[in-house]
Amino acid sequence: MEAVVNVLTNPYYIQVVTMMGIFLIAALGLHVITGVTGQFSFGHAAFLSIGAYCSALMTIHLHTPFILNMLAGGLMAALWGVLLGFPSLRLTGDYLGITTLGFGEIVRVVFINMKITGGAGGLGGIPRETNIVIVYIVVALTIWGLYRIQNSRFGRALAAIREDEIAAESMGINPLLYKIKGFALGTFFAGISGSLFAHMMQYLNPADFGFARSFEILNYVVLGGLGSIPGAILGTAVLSLAPEFLRFVQEYRMLIYGALMVLMMIFRPHGLLGGIDFARLYKKIKNKRKSVENKNTESI
Amino acid sequence: MFWQQFLQQFWQQLVNGVTLGSTYALIALGYTMVYGIIQLINFAHGEVYMIGAFTGLILVTVYKVNFMVAILAAMLVCVPLAILIERVAYRPLRRSTRLAPLISALGVSIFLQTLVTLIKGGPNPLAFPQVIQDTVYVLGPVRFSTVQVIILVMASLLMVFLQFTVKYTRIGKAMRATSEDYETASLMGINVNRVVSFTFAVGAALAGAGGVLVGMYFNSIHPFMGVTVGLKSFCAAVLGGIGSIPGAMLGGIFLGIAEVMGVAAGFDTYKEAIAFGLLILVLLFKPTGLLGLPIQRKV
Repeated sequence: MEAVVNVLTNPYYIQVVTMMGIFLIAALGLHVITGVTGQFSFGHAAFLSIGAYCSALMTIHLHTPFILNMLAGGLMAALWGVLLGFPSLRLTGDYLGITTLGFGEIVRVVFINMKITGGAGGLGGIPRETNIVIVYIVVALTIWGLYRIQNSRFGRALAAIREDEIAAESMGINPLLYKIKGFALGTFFAGISGSLFAHMMQYLNPADFGFARSFEILNYVVLGGLGSIPGAILGTAVLSLAPEFLRFVQEYRMLIYGALMVLMMIFRPHGLLGGIDFARLYKKIKNKRKSVENKNTESI
Repeated sequence: MFWQQFLQQFWQQLVNGVTLGSTYALIALGYTMVYGIIQLINFAHGEVYMIGAFTGLILVTVYKVNFMVAILAAMLVCVPLAILIERVAYRPLRRSTRLAPLISALGVSIFLQTLVTLIKGGPNPLAFPQVIQDTVYVLGPVRFSTVQVIILVMASLLMVFLQFTVKYTRIGKAMRATSEDYETASLMGINVNRVVSFTFAVGAALAGAGGVLVGMYFNSIHPFMGVTVGLKSFCAAVLGGIGSIPGAMLGGIFLGIAEVMGVAAGFDTYKEAIAFGLLILVLLFKPTGLLGLPIQRKV
């Protein structure tokens, strides 16, 4: 019992779990863009950094409350998402991916060259506002919100674009408009996640938001199962905890991590939970039970 | 006076840009050919180039061979490596979603970077020794170094050889057919798996040669060198029109010139962003690159 309490109150483990929650929010944002709408984004980390710097600078210079800064970070990221999305979402598939990748690198270089962000030396002195409770409240709100959105008219329009853009267009959906809205929503969550990250680490460096981070978040979403919220959660949990569990192999850690990525894709190309819809599964089980009950009553 | 100085600078930077650009072009060819055939962004290609550079380094420092032998050996090492990568990481995923082979490629990339770091014993850069007597030739307003001449000559030779292979040989014809239509090519009796392997092999040979040449040019190599150069070369391929071989050459050289000129004009802190900025600009106005064919929307 004491061992369990020790593990639960160990500050290191708490930090690991908090970081997992922060990246889960970013992964859920990418889930909207790639999983639901079916658009490639290889520059998600750029939106994290925009949100992170925006909120951190507001906290340092304007001393506004954290909740406000966090929302501002999210909105700033969404604004840039729209600005990037408006011209580039007309591109398809890989071209969109490459444009977002390029945007990510440009944002990183701009942050290195800006004075207010502290340049390559990084931005320090951010007060610590994030804690595990706040992070998981935001996570819960995000998941709840995304479930509501996915089952709305808007969410179905996004899914229709993913399945077949031309068919969706002929059903009266404006693909560009919906893609931009979806992109804005996804980048908003990235900005929120970045704000939480900034006030957790208390230090920001543009090097933390390179394309390696973008691909890491993409990994979370794809390995968990593209298009499924439980998949994104599972993928983030497995992959952000994997480096901790692989600590015993020390320097071979990244070697095994890389090999695991290849093997997972070969054996589960649709991700761990790909193609499994829990809501539908639950309904099926319920219906089956109901029909069994009905049969029983009939026989009586 | 100012004008004269500017012109001299201009020609000099143009030569430097073309030199840098031809190394980008060598690597971009690998991306573009693979993409043309199986629509895969081969993110592990940059690592093949890095391993080519390391093979060259080992040969010239440990075995003290001539640089030409080192280039050939690097090409020979990279070919089976790329074929192996394709077999293990991409072939099982050929009929899968678009993102699955991409993640797999990233996995291979992380694996190879870590492997080389472990073998080498740390991520810090290694010095590439001076393998040739570096003399400077003066031609009008421009100064060439021997390394630049070697890079330009080697790159043009390899590209001419590639053009010849693709245009006039049997396997080249099969490659063109497969990139035109994968299914139909396989129905016409082309062994598409062999064509894919061959494409990876050719791309890897060019990347291996590029690795050694870049090592000779910049005198420094490290296990993560493939990442930025790989991304920029991929940019070059998209810039020129992905899937098009002349496009990759044009894109690479264009990018090299733009980058060198940008740095000379004083934007050196923005060096890494020049390639991507150009790419986004070009894609916005010509969504399939400079020499790319328009995409058709089919129902």
